[in-house]
Amino acid sequence: MPVPDRDEPTRVGVVKFASCDGCQLAFLDIGPALLDIGVIYQIVEFGEASSNRSPDGPFDILFVEGSISTDEQAHHIRHLRDRAAVLITIGACATTGGIQALRAWAGNDGGIEGFIDAVYATPEYVDTLATAKPVADYVDVDAELRGCPIDTGQLVELLTATAIGRRPQLPSEAVCVQCKRAGKICVMVSRGEPCLGPIISGGCNALCPGMARGCYGCFGPRESANGLSLADWYGESLGLSDEQVAARFAGFTGWAPEMREVIEAKGGPPGMRADDAADAEGGAA
Amino acid sequence: MTRAKASQQSPEQEERTFAVDSMSRVEGEGRLKVVVRGDEVVKAELSIFEAPRFFERLVVGRQPDEVLDMVARICGICPVAYQMTATEGFERLFEIELDPQVRQLRRLFYWGEWLQSHALHIYLLNAPDFLGYDSAIDMARDHRSIVERGLSLKQAGVDLLKLIGGRAVHPVGMRVGGFYRVPSKSQARALLPALEQSLIDAQETVKWTSAFNLPDFERDPLMLSMCDPDLYALDTGRLVTTEGLDIDPGEWDSAFTEQHVDYTTALQASSLDGKHHLLGPSARVVLAGASLHPLAKTALEESGGAEVLRRNMFAAITARGIEMIHAAAESIAIIEAYEPPVDPYTPWEPRAGKASWSSEAPRGVLFHRYDVDEQGRVVKAQIVPPTSQNQLFMEDDMRGYVGTVLDLPEPEAAARLEALIRCYDPCISCATHFLTLEIERI
Repeated sequence: MPVPDRDEPTRVGVVKFASCDGCQLAFLDIGPALLDIGVIYQIVEFGEASSNRSPDGPFDILFVEGSISTDEQAHHIRHLRDRAAVLITIGACATTGGIQALRAWAGNDGGIEGFIDAVYATPEYVDTLATAKPVADYVDVDAELRGCPIDTGQLVELLTATAIGRRPQLPSEAVCVQCKRAGKICVMVSRGEPCLGPIISGGCNALCPGMARGCYGCFGPRESANGLSLADWYGESLGLSDEQVAARFAGFTGWAPEMREVIEAKGGPPGMRADDAADAEGGAA
Repeated sequence: MTRAKASQQSPEQEERTFAVDSMSRVEGEGRLKVVVRGDEVVKAELSIFEAPRFFERLVVGRQPDEVLDMVARICGICPVAYQMTATEGFERLFEIELDPQVRQLRRLFYWGEWLQSHALHIYLLNAPDFLGYDSAIDMARDHRSIVERGLSLKQAGVDLLKLIGGRAVHPVGMRVGGFYRVPSKSQARALLPALEQSLIDAQETVKWTSAFNLPDFERDPLMLSMCDPDLYALDTGRLVTTEGLDIDPGEWDSAFTEQHVDYTTALQASSLDGKHHLLGPSARVVLAGASLHPLAKTALEESGGAEVLRRNMFAAITARGIEMIHAAAESIAIIEAYEPPVDPYTPWEPRAGKASWSSEAPRGVLFHRYDVDEQGRVVKAQIVPPTSQNQLFMEDDMRGYVGTVLDLPEPEAAARLEALIRCYDPCISCATHFLTLEIERI
């Protein structure tokens, strides 16, 4: 990541789109070191933390939280890309679309209008795209930090590595590898709990298996993960129905291609399944 | 960010626009518009341009345990509030008896979130307004030890959340009927020294904030809070108001309603008779103060009493500090008496019906309702975050307060109005995404 080499502090921005603000909180969770960050980094835009704002940059590094879910956001992310030397997406929403990306399956339930009707009394006041998509679907992204939420340790590693010009050490191994290394008991083998650990990137240090429950996919699928094989195993060995399998994959990174493929093959997420639509039509008839 | 606009009209009908295009130091983004003609406030609108995320629709078809993980993602600052409110609704519908130690761990978990959220708001978001800084990082240049005290209070909350939930943002420990795993006695007791320090730090916080100069703006609000004679307002008791309403927390929707207006995509809540209510730390201390910990009561007395919290919104920062004292003190008591339950959760069977409950998120009353089928799957959902409920009252406060700042230079007047809104600790991401502050004079 070529951050301009100047004597001045590196100009950093933190912005958000459709999201919960939880990944930005990772910055505020850095602790007392946050107060010294100004030695290296000048935070020029971070609405959640400071009234001193430069929303148009320019930025040496821009951190982007959230997925793109309105026309205005699609326009704005292109503008910000032009103003940023390096753009880093943070969290499941920015990198995969997040939980709100599941609305792409709304077509099985009357389209996005059906979704708006379900929540808002006056649908004509609501402006939304039919999809909530990752930032990389709209602009070039230089690096990403995964997770729902991101891990503060990984953020500190990225900031430190960038400051001294080395490559950040971010894990790409599966949750399963971290789980075995930590000596945790496999929840799938010992308790028959469906766990996404075999196909999901580590980063949480196998948090959920450590809490005696299966991984639900916060850090997203590893590259070329074979989700269909794991899904078949859920069905054959754990006895899960297609809907239960789809539910497991349709979580916070469900729009990632490797997850999406399984959700499609298993008929769509709960509440948005192709057979729901058929039932609805049958009921109407 | 402020902007100001003035037109060349007659002096009596001067037309000016004050604005803060994107509010800072709030969770999420939003906008407010006040229209003034001469001295008359024509309009005060809080416009939240939500990028809709459709949670109430996304949970349809899901099982109760999946709902807990999903609704956490509504808010990165208060995910436990969403998990707690949802699980307690399901547990009441399914008639699940919780182990008493599980119930205590639930409170401990919630206090962790309160501590981290209140410390974040007091020290990183709100205090810079009273001391004249843009951010806590700027404030730390002159007041390093104070900001470090705030970060340490925040960390104590984060550590409680990690103890029980595995991580602070979107914790993974809670399930309907209890927890997936509970901490050991020694793991819990390891947090005691930090919590003892937090108790002292919280007392210092109240001494610090109660000495701030508050803007001279008073009113007589209708307040709403959970209230329990034995336990400070959190997840038990009744929903009560200063006008005598007293209802079951699962029946919020019998007394309040949501409406949708053209200038905001966040639904606004008000009582069925059209009254606007205020909720959050000040409302809780006023309505439920009798069940505060004795140390918190002492701090309340020393800070000037509940009346200033009731009348002046800017005093909410002190209400948060008083609640941090209670949170730290009750957390210590829970840990000292803690014996891990034999089973981390009670198994349960679903049944069809209405699963609904209210609890006190750090920002105020949060209501959830799930209509579920006989398999426990959600058929319909309603989620009313505290900021949606405060929205109309915030507009009323803007309307009242604007008259006191009209003589100031325009950017400063706009900044004062932004500071007023910040006192509510609006969690705009909960409902919404974009809020801008603007005063227009016509």
